[in-house]
Parts: sequence; C-alpha cells; structure tokens
Amino acid sequence: MASSKKHENYDDIAMITLDHVSKSYTNDGIPALNDVSLEIEKGEFVFIVGDSGSGKSTMIKLLLRELKPSTGRIIVNNCDLAKLTQRKIPKYRRNIGCVFQDFRLLKDRNVYENVAFAQRVIEVPTKKIKKNVPAMLSLVGLPEKYKSKIRQLSGGEQQRVALARALVNNPPILLADEPTGNLDPRNSWEIMKLLEEINRRGTTVVVVTHNREIVNAMRKRVITVKKGVIVSDEEKGEYIDED
Amino acid sequence: MKISTFIFTFKQGFKNIFRNKLFSLATIATIAACIFLFGVFYSLVVNVQYSIAKAETNVAVTVFFNEDISEDQIQQIGEMIRGRSEVSSVEYVSASDAWESFKVDYLGEYADGYEGDNPLEGSENFEIYLKDVSKQPELVAWLETVDGVREINHSDVTANILTQFNKMLSYVSLGIIGILLAVSLFLISNTVSMGIAARREEIGIMKLIGATNFVVRFPFLIEGVLLGLIGAGIPLAAVYYMYNYITKYAEDHFVILNDLLQFQSPMEIFSVLIPVAMILGVGLGFFGSFISVKRYLRV
Repeated sequence: MASSKKHENYDDIAMITLDHVSKSYTNDGIPALNDVSLEIEKGEFVFIVGDSGSGKSTMIKLLLRELKPSTGRIIVNNCDLAKLTQRKIPKYRRNIGCVFQDFRLLKDRNVYENVAFAQRVIEVPTKKIKKNVPAMLSLVGLPEKYKSKIRQLSGGEQQRVALARALVNNPPILLADEPTGNLDPRNSWEIMKLLEEINRRGTTVVVVTHNREIVNAMRKRVITVKKGVIVSDEEKGEYIDED
Repeated sequence: MKISTFIFTFKQGFKNIFRNKLFSLATIATIAACIFLFGVFYSLVVNVQYSIAKAETNVAVTVFFNEDISEDQIQQIGEMIRGRSEVSSVEYVSASDAWESFKVDYLGEYADGYEGDNPLEGSENFEIYLKDVSKQPELVAWLETVDGVREINHSDVTANILTQFNKMLSYVSLGIIGILLAVSLFLISNTVSMGIAARREEIGIMKLIGATNFVVRFPFLIEGVLLGLIGAGIPLAAVYYMYNYITKYAEDHFVILNDLLQFQSPMEIFSVLIPVAMILGVGLGFFGSFISVKRYLRV
C-alpha cells in the first residue's frame, strides 16, 4: 500500500513536496490529480509510473509551473510555487533540468547551439559556455556531433542532446517525462544509465515512465499513479499492474 | 542584463531570418507587394492631382475697363485685385500688347494691312490667375462691384469641371488608399503572426529552459524589423526607379502633352512614401512580432 513520506515542515529537507495537490482541467470533470501528497528527498531517484491519463504528465507540468494546481501546495527546492510570479518563473525553471519524450530541441540549430542556449539564458559568459558545452556533450557520449543539425541525429542521440541541455547548468533536479518513449531498448537503457550516473553525482532525478522492464530492473523508488491518485509508493519498487 | 546576452539575442534575430527562409521570404514578399501597390497608386494619384492643380493655375479671369477710365485708376484696380487672398498673380495686358499677341496668333503675314492701326483699342485688361479655381465665383462677384470694370470674361464650366474632378479624385483616391492600407495591414500582420504561430513550439521550449520573455521575444522583434526594412526597401527602390524612368520617358517622348502632363518631383512623392512604407513594413514587422510572440509567452 502507499507509504508516502510526510514532513511537518516542507522547507526542511525535501527537494520536492506536493501537499494535497489536486488539478482539474474542467470545472465538472474528474480531476487529473486528486489530493496527491508526496515528498522526494534531495539526491533521490524516483520513478512515477502509471498508464496513459493517470496524471503523471500533469505532475511534471505542475512541477515545471506550466500549470497551477487547483488546490494544494507545491514546494520545489525551497520554493513555494504558489508564490511564484510570472516574472520569476524563468529563474525557477533554471533550477530544473527537463527531458521530454519528444526531445523538444530547437530543430533549426545544431547540437552545440541547443546545449549552449540553456547557458545563454542564464547569462553564462561565452568563454565558459565554450568549455561547458563540450564537457557536457562528452558526458552524454556525443563529443563529435556538436556541429550536427538535430534532424541529422537518431532518436537516441537527440535524447542525449536533450539530456546535455538539461544538465549543462547543473540543476539540482532533473525531470524526465517519458524519456525512453520514442527510443529502442538499447538506446532506452543507455539513457537510463546516463540518468543513473547523473543521480550518482547528486542530482535529484524524477522519471515519469510506463516502461515496465526498466522500472523493474533498476530497483528504485516507484510511485504508482492511477486515475490521479497515488496508489503505491515503494522503495526499490516494481511496476504494479493496473488490474 | 549583460551586454553579451543583448548581443546574443540581437544575433539570433539576424540568424532567424536565414533559419526560417520560407517565412522570411513570405513576409518580405507580402510587405513588398503591399508597399509596391501602394507606392504605384500613390504616385499616380499625386501626379494626376498635381496636373489638375497646374491646369487650374492656367484658368484666368479677364477684366476689361470702361473707356473713360484713366491709367491711374486701372492701376488702382490692379492693386486692389492683387490684394485679394485668392489671387495668385495678375498680369496687365495693354491694348498694344493685346494687338501684338493677336497678330502673332491669328494674322501672321496678313497683319501688314493694319500698319499703324490698333483695332483692339480700349481692350486693355487684367488677366487674373487664382490659387484655387473654386474661388472664381467669389472673385467674379467682387469684380462686378468694382467701379470702372466694364466686362469680366471667365469660364464657369472649366472652373467647375476642374474643381469637381479634383474633389472626386480626392475622395476616390482617399478611399482606395484607405482600402490598400487596410488590406496591407491585414496581410502583413497575418503573415507575421502565422509565421510566429508556426514557431510557437520553439517559444515554448525556450520558456521551459528558463528563458526570460526578453530573450525569447527580442530576436523575433529584430527579425520583424529587418524583414520589414527589406520588404519596404525593395518596393521603394523599385517605385523610385520606375518613377524616374517613366517621368523622363513621358517628358522626352510626349512633348505635345507637356502642358497637360505635370510630374511631381521624386522628393515630393517619396517624402510621403518613405514614412508610410516604414510604418507599414518596419512598424508592422515590429508590432506584429511583439503581439504574436506575446500570445505564446505564457508557458
């Protein structure tokens, strides 16, 4: 059964806190998330699993402050998202690396420009960008592809670029929404290994997925969401069937 | 904001033009086509109006005097006429001037039989030219009250036709210019916003990475201004070249029409065309981008 950890003081230690969070897209419909409470500690690696429409992606959108919760409170890295003005959202997002199923890369730019863009927006000096970007591309295994256009890359390579972009600013949190959804098994495993390595270096990693094989093999914390409700939260958990 | 960020966003604006070639071409073509049409029509209307205005200045009212009037009295009347606000110029034609001119125009070598004689004795007159031919009835009414004036020759029909035609042309051209401007406004802003709508994903990605509105928007604004500048510059250059060529050609090859065809100087035409083209091109490029990008910034 669910074993969501609870703290009285959210600003204390948890990296991510959702406190009785609900989100409805319509006034009368079933909520996408219904009274969800959870905490993710600094340096944790967490899988959020569940079928399509279970509310996993809504959770990511709430954490990225793409959406506001209908009720409840979200605190990320000591930042209460309810108090975040529109103006402060960019600064908040710079502390969160994010990776998506569809990669979301700037397709008209090359690999280097995509990764460097994340540094440009936080106004890193050009000299440092020239040092940081190749280092990050080496970490994800694409040091020679820096000049390649995004369209010239395979799905796996594109996701590596997305990962490099997400990590180049050393964010304390990495959110990955179905990072292996468009990849073959070999590339999926390589991406997961990279995420594990990133986590080992201290980054809190939250992966939304429905890749049963990966979840079961990696033996990490698994939060299962069903119809907008957390039905299971297990350390070294497994993918639980809907039925 | 750091100067390097400003330079980076500025450069992105330039690069975006080449990254989105199709959008850039479509925008430039739309702006250029609208401004070209506007430029051609505007030049045409201004020149027709200019020719009419020139024709109006050639419409004269001729005033003849009583036979018993002295030369001093005639000159006094002349001064009164010159003092009128609607009068552009007054020419005094003496009886001998009138006869000399008549001989040249109508008699030629047959004038020899009138040696020492002036059949136009007593026909000294003032030719009065008006600034605005529509004021002719006003002037004629006043002249009829002046002592010593025997006869006033004027053509109400010519004055009326010119006045009415000028008025009609003003209304029609204002209407067409208005429609052209409205269509241009619609087409250009539509092209700009469609182009940006196609790139809303790009805007969304930038916002998710943590880019500020300025960093996202500024390259689009630079792009909009540059496309507007190119889109306005091309038709302006084309219209300028065409205008000079056509006016020169008409003056050289249609000499017989030189009295009728009067062309405005390019300076006069372009002192209006350049600001209008800039507002249409650069202004719409800038504000179109600003408004369209704003729509997608709330991510």
